[in-house]
Amino acid sequence: MSERFRIAIVGSGPGGLSAAARAAERGESHVLLEAEPHLSNTIYRYQKGKFVMDEPGILPLRSPVPFKAGSRESILGAWDEAAARLKINVRHGHEVSAIKKREDGSFELKCANGATIEAQFVVLGIGLQGNIRKLGVPGEDLPFVQYQLDDPDEYEGETIVVVGAGDAAIENAVALAKQNNVVIVNRRDEFARAKKGNEAAILKAIEDGAIECYYNAAPERVDALSVGRKKGRLILSTPNGKAQLLIDRVIGRLGATAPRSFVEACGVTFPSKDPAAVPAISPQYESNVKGLYIVGALGGYPLIKQAMNQGYEVVEYIRGERVEPADEPLLKAKLGAMPGFRSVDDTLARIQQNVRVLSHITPLQLREFMLDSDLRTPKPGDIVFRRNDYTNSFYSIVEGEVRIALDEDGKQFITLGRGEFFGEMGLISGRRRSATVTAGNGCVLIETPRRSMNRLINSVAAVKREIDEVFILRAIQSRFAPEATAAQLKDMVAGATLQKFAAGDILFNEGEVGDCLHLVRVGSLTISRNIAGKEVVLSYVPAGNYVGEMALLGESRRSATARAAIATETVRLDGESFKKLVNRMPVLKLRLQAEYRQRAASNLAMQALPAGGDIIQFLLAQGAGEATDILLIDESLCVRCDNCEKACAETHGGTSRLDREAGPTYASVHVPTSCRHCEHPHCMKDCPPDALRRAPNGEVYIADNCIGCGNCERNCPYGVIHMATKPPKKPGLLSWLLFGLGPGPGEAPYDAKKKSKEPKEKKAVKCDMCKDEKGGPACVRACPTGAAIRISPEEFPAYAQSRR
Amino acid sequence: MNARHESILNHAGSRWLWIALALSLVSLLAYALHSPAVPPNGGTWLGYTLGTIAGLLILWLMFFGIRKRSYSGTSNLRGWLSAHVYLGTALILIALLHAGFQVGWNLHTFFLVLMLLVIVSGFFGVYCYLRYPTLMTRNRESATRSAMLEEIGELDQNALALADGIDPKVHGIVLRSIQNTRLGGGVLAQLRARDDSDAALAGIRAALEAREKSQAAAGGAKSGQTIFAMVDFLASGTNDRQAEALRKLIDLLSRKKVLASRVARDIQYQALMEVWLYIHVPLSFATVAALFAHVVSVFFYW
Ligand SMILES: Cc1cc2nc3c(=O)[nH]c(=O)nc-3n(C[C@H](O)[C@H](O)[C@H](O)COP(=O)(O)OP(=O)(O)OC[C@H]3O[C@@H](n4cnc5c(N)ncnc54)[C@H](O)[C@@H]3O)c2cc1C
Ligand code: HEM
Ligand code: HEM
Ligand code: SF4
Ligand code: SF4
Repeated sequence: MSERFRIAIVGSGPGGLSAAARAAERGESHVLLEAEPHLSNTIYRYQKGKFVMDEPGILPLRSPVPFKAGSRESILGAWDEAAARLKINVRHGHEVSAIKKREDGSFELKCANGATIEAQFVVLGIGLQGNIRKLGVPGEDLPFVQYQLDDPDEYEGETIVVVGAGDAAIENAVALAKQNNVVIVNRRDEFARAKKGNEAAILKAIEDGAIECYYNAAPERVDALSVGRKKGRLILSTPNGKAQLLIDRVIGRLGATAPRSFVEACGVTFPSKDPAAVPAISPQYESNVKGLYIVGALGGYPLIKQAMNQGYEVVEYIRGERVEPADEPLLKAKLGAMPGFRSVDDTLARIQQNVRVLSHITPLQLREFMLDSDLRTPKPGDIVFRRNDYTNSFYSIVEGEVRIALDEDGKQFITLGRGEFFGEMGLISGRRRSATVTAGNGCVLIETPRRSMNRLINSVAAVKREIDEVFILRAIQSRFAPEATAAQLKDMVAGATLQKFAAGDILFNEGEVGDCLHLVRVGSLTISRNIAGKEVVLSYVPAGNYVGEMALLGESRRSATARAAIATETVRLDGESFKKLVNRMPVLKLRLQAEYRQRAASNLAMQALPAGGDIIQFLLAQGAGEATDILLIDESLCVRCDNCEKACAETHGGTSRLDREAGPTYASVHVPTSCRHCEHPHCMKDCPPDALRRAPNGEVYIADNCIGCGNCERNCPYGVIHMATKPPKKPGLLSWLLFGLGPGPGEAPYDAKKKSKEPKEKKAVKCDMCKDEKGGPACVRACPTGAAIRISPEEFPAYAQSRR
Repeated sequence: MNARHESILNHAGSRWLWIALALSLVSLLAYALHSPAVPPNGGTWLGYTLGTIAGLLILWLMFFGIRKRSYSGTSNLRGWLSAHVYLGTALILIALLHAGFQVGWNLHTFFLVLMLLVIVSGFFGVYCYLRYPTLMTRNRESATRSAMLEEIGELDQNALALADGIDPKVHGIVLRSIQNTRLGGGVLAQLRARDDSDAALAGIRAALEAREKSQAAAGGAKSGQTIFAMVDFLASGTNDRQAEALRKLIDLLSRKKVLASRVARDIQYQALMEVWLYIHVPLSFATVAALFAHVVSVFFYW
C-alpha cells in the first residue's frame, strides 16, 4: 500500500528542510522523508554547543526557515519550531533505500522500514555524510547502544564495548579507557585501516591491558537486562566460540556508507570515478533523471545557506516559476566590470562561447564557477603574476591577450589570446609560478581559485583532458625549448604520456638502459646510488624539473636510481624524439650539458658524504618531501627555552601553533610539530567555505571565513591544526615588565568571557609563517641560539652537507 | 634564508667577534698613546670617554631582556645574543682601561666586581648553551619528557597490578618504590621541572589510592633495594607462576629505573641551562644600580 504526493523530499538537512518548508508554505502536496528520529542529522551530530556559522556572509538567505549564525542548539530549535509552524509533513524513521522511475514518469520510493511512497517529483537532499552504519544485529537501537561520542569524560566506571577498528573507534576507545573498562571489537585481525598514530596507541593500550580486544569477532545480539548491575549483555561470536559480555554501553563506530552508490542506483550518473566528483545538474538543479532534483552538499554546495536557498528555489522551479537565483546579484556585481555588460546570462554565454575549457560545463556549474572566481580587467602592461610567486589560481582569457615571459629578463615571450588559459602549471605542480605574465590590450581574465578549478577538473573529464594536453606542450616548451615552435615539438608532444607513481615507486634503476626522460609535474623524486650495498640519496628533484636526460645524452645506462619521494606524476618523454630534438637544436644540447655537469658535480659532493644522504632520507621519511618550507631545530644548539613557542603564541593571539618538543630527531636534526606548507596541502582538501588559502609567498593560511568544521584538523597528517576561540586583547609588554599587568609573553591572554556559558565561535588555527610580520617567521627570529631555521626541500642537499 | 644553522658564536661569520675585537684594540691603542699628567684613571678625558662607552654598553646589554620578549621586528635574536656575548666580553677590557687599573676597597671597585660577576656568569651560560643541548638530546633517545613520565606511570601501574596478584608483601614493596620515586625534587630542578613530574606522580598516586582502599601499605625499601628484595623471593622458591610474575616484575622495575634516572638527568640539564640566568639577571640589575651609584658618586664627591 503506498501513499501519493506531488513532491517527495528525501533528507531533512538544510536543503531538504527548506524545500519542504517552501512546499508547505505554497500548499503543495509534499512529504519529507528523514531516516533519523530528528531533523537535519548532520547538524544534529555537530558537537554540543558548536557555533554554526552562516558563510558566505554576502549571500542573502532565501527560505521560510530561519537561519543565522549561532549555537547548534538554537539553530536546531528554530528549525523544529519552523517545521511545526509551517506544518511540514515530515516522516521520521523513513530511510529511503531505493528510488525507481516508473513508466508513467512518476517515482516510487521504497523505505527501509517497508513503507512505499509515490511521487511525481523527487528532491534529493541527503548530503554527503552518508548513513551511519549500525551494528546490524538485534538490539542495535537499544538506548545504551550509541553511534556517537561527544565527550568521553562524561562516562566513568562503566564497562563499554566499542565496535569498530577505524580512527573514530580507536580514538573513542583510548579516551574512554582512562575512566572505564573498555573492550574493543575488531572484525579483522589488525588495525591497519587507522592512522599510524592511532594504530600505535590502540596496540599499546591492548598490550598494557588497558583495553581488551576481540579480534576476528562480531557482535551477534544485544539484550537489555532488567536485573543485575549492568544494563545489558552483548553476545559476540569469536574464533573461540561465543562470548557474553555484561555491559553498560555499546558504542558502534563502523563508519558511514557513502551516499554515492545509492544515488547512482537511482539512475543519476557521475562524470568520473574521482570521489570528489559531483553529479551534473541543470540550472534548475535537475539531474540527468527527469523529475529528480538534487540540492545541497550532494550537488556540490557544501554550506548550509547555499543548501537552504537551493531548497527554496527547487520547489519554485518544480512549480514552473521562474526565480532569479539568490546568487544573481552577486554575479551581477562580479560581472558588471566586464566591458559591454548587459545581463548575467548574456555575459555567462559570452564567456562560455569564448573560453573553450569552459564550454564543456553545464550552465549551473559555470554559475558556481563564476561565483568562486573573480573577473579581472588589468590595464595593458599590468603584471598578472610574477615568476616565483606562490599563487595557484587559474586564469582563463575571455578577451584580449597576455604575454608570458619565458626567460627571466622577459626577452622571449609567447602571447596567448582569447579563449586560452594560463596558470595551470602552478595549479598542477603546487609550486611557484614558472613565468611572469603581463596583460596585453583589452584584457578580460577570469581568475579561479585552486579548489574550484580542481573540482571542475575532477568533475568534467573534457576539462581535464584539455588542460593536460596544454600542460604537456607548455612544460616541454618552457623547460627545454623556448625557441622551438609548437610545430617543431609536435612529435615529442605526441609521444609524451602522463605517468603516476606512488611514494617509494621507482621510475628507473641504476644500470638500466635509458629510453626516456621524465619531467616531474606533481610531487618530487630522490636520486640515489647504491654505494657499498647501501642506497645513498644524492639529490632531491622537485616538481618542474626533469630526470633521466643523462642516459640519453651520453652514456646509455642510468647512472642512478630515481624514486618518487611522495605521490608523484610525471610527463614521460620518449627518448628517440627527444634525441632528435636535441640534435636539431644545438643550443638545447649546450644547455643540457651545462646542467648535466652541474648535477654530476653536486652528486659527487654528496657521494663523498654519505651521512648527508641519511639526513635527507630521514627528512623525507617525515614527509618533508611534500613540504615547501619546513621548520628544523638543531638540537645541539637548542637550549629548550621555548622562546620559539612563546614568539609564536605572542604573534598569534596567545596560542602557539608550534610544538617544539614533539616530533622525531635524527643526528640532532629535530622536526618539530609545525606546518610544512605542503605543495598540495591535505588540509585544503575538504574545506566547505574554501578558507584555506595560499599566500603569494607560499604560506598556507586560514582566512576569516573558516566555519570551524574541523575537517582540516582531521585531514592534516602532521597534526598541526587546532581549533581555538578568538583571543581577547592583551596589555603591552612594558606594562607587564614594569607593573606585572596581564599575562606575560607567550602566555594565553586572560579571558573575561570564560565563565559565561555563551557559545564561542571556534575556528581552525595554524601556522601562517608569520606572513604579516615583516621579518618573517617569529619562531626563527626569536630563537636566541640559532637552533631554529626554516628551509625548503630544494635546500636539503646543501643543508645535509652543512651538517657533519 | 640560509639553509644551515649558525650558532651565536659564528653568527654572520662571527661579525660581532670582529667588532668587539676592533673596539678593544682601539681602546687599547688610545690607552697606550694617552699620557695624562696624572696616572690614568676615570677622571681624564679618555677615562670619561671609555667610562661612557662602558656605561652605555651596560644599558644596551640590559636591553637584551626586552628585545628577547618583543617578537615583532625584522632582526634575528641570534644576532643580538651574538653581539651581547662578544660586546659584553669586551666590556671587561674597556672598564679596566677606564679605571686605569686602579682598584681599591671602595664603591667603584665593588661596582667593577659586580659587573665582572655578571660577565663571568655569562661565560658559564655560554658554556652551558654549547654543552648541554647535545647531552640532553643524547640522553633522551628521541622520547619527550612527558612520554617518559607517562611510561614510568604505566610501568608503575603494571608493576602494581602484577604485584597485586603475587603477595601483599611484594605489593607493599612495589608500592614503596613507587612512592619513593620523586622526580625533579632538588632546589635547582624545581625551578622548572616541578609541574610535569608532579602531575605524573599525582596520577600514579590517584591510581594507587583507587587500588589501595582496603589494603594498607607495609614493608620498606628504597627504590634501589626493591630489586634485591625481589631476588630474595626468587631464591626462596615460591611456586612457578609466582616466580614468572616476579621475574616480569623485576624487568618492569629495572626498566623504570633506567627511565627514572634518564628523566632526572633531563631535568638536571634543563635546570643547568636555566639556572645560571637566575644569577646573571639579578646581578645585572644590581650592576645597573651600582652604575648609577658610581656615576652619581663621582660627580658629587670627586
Ligand atoms: C562538523 C561540521 C561542521 C560544519 N559547520 C558548518 C557551519 O558552521 N556553517 C555551514 O554553513 N556549514 C557547515 N558545515 C557544512 C554543512 O553541515 C553542510 O553543508 C550541510 O549540512 C549540507 O546540507 P544538506 O541539506 O545538503 O545535507 P545534510 O545536512 O547532510 O542532511 C542530509 C539529511 O538526509 C538524511 N538522509 C541521508 N540519507 C537518507 C536516506 N537514504 N533516506 C532518508 N534520509 C536520509 C540524513 O539523516 C540528514 O538528516 C559543517 C559540516 C560539518 C561536518
Ligand atoms: C662599566 C662602567 C664603569 C665601570 C666598571 C667603572 C669603574 C670604575 C672604577 C673601578 C674606577 C676607579 C675608582 C677608583 O679610583 O678607585 C672608576 C673611576 C671613575 N669613573 Fe668609572 N666606571 C664605569 C663607568 C663610568 C661612567 C659612565 C662614568 C662617568 C660618566 C665614570 C666616571 C668615573 C670617574 C670620573 C672616575 C674617577 C674617579 C676617581 O678617580 O676617583 N665611570 N670607574
Ligand atoms: C655587564 C654585562 C652584562 C649584562 C648587564 C647582561 C645582561 C643580560 C640580560 C638582562 C639578559 C636577559 C636575560 C633574560 O631576560 O632572560 C642577559 C642574557 C644573557 N646574557 Fe648577558 N649580560 C651581560 C654580559 C654577558 C656576557 C659577557 C655574556 C657571555 C659571555 C652574556 C651572556 C648572556 C646569555 C647567554 C644570555 C641568555 C640569553 C637567553 O637565553 O635568553 N651576558 N644578559
Ligand atoms: S596544515 Fe598540515 S596539510 Fe596543511 S599545509 Fe600544513 S602540514 Fe600540510
Ligand atoms: S627558541 Fe630556539 S633554542 Fe629556544 S626552544 Fe625554540 S628552537 Fe630551542
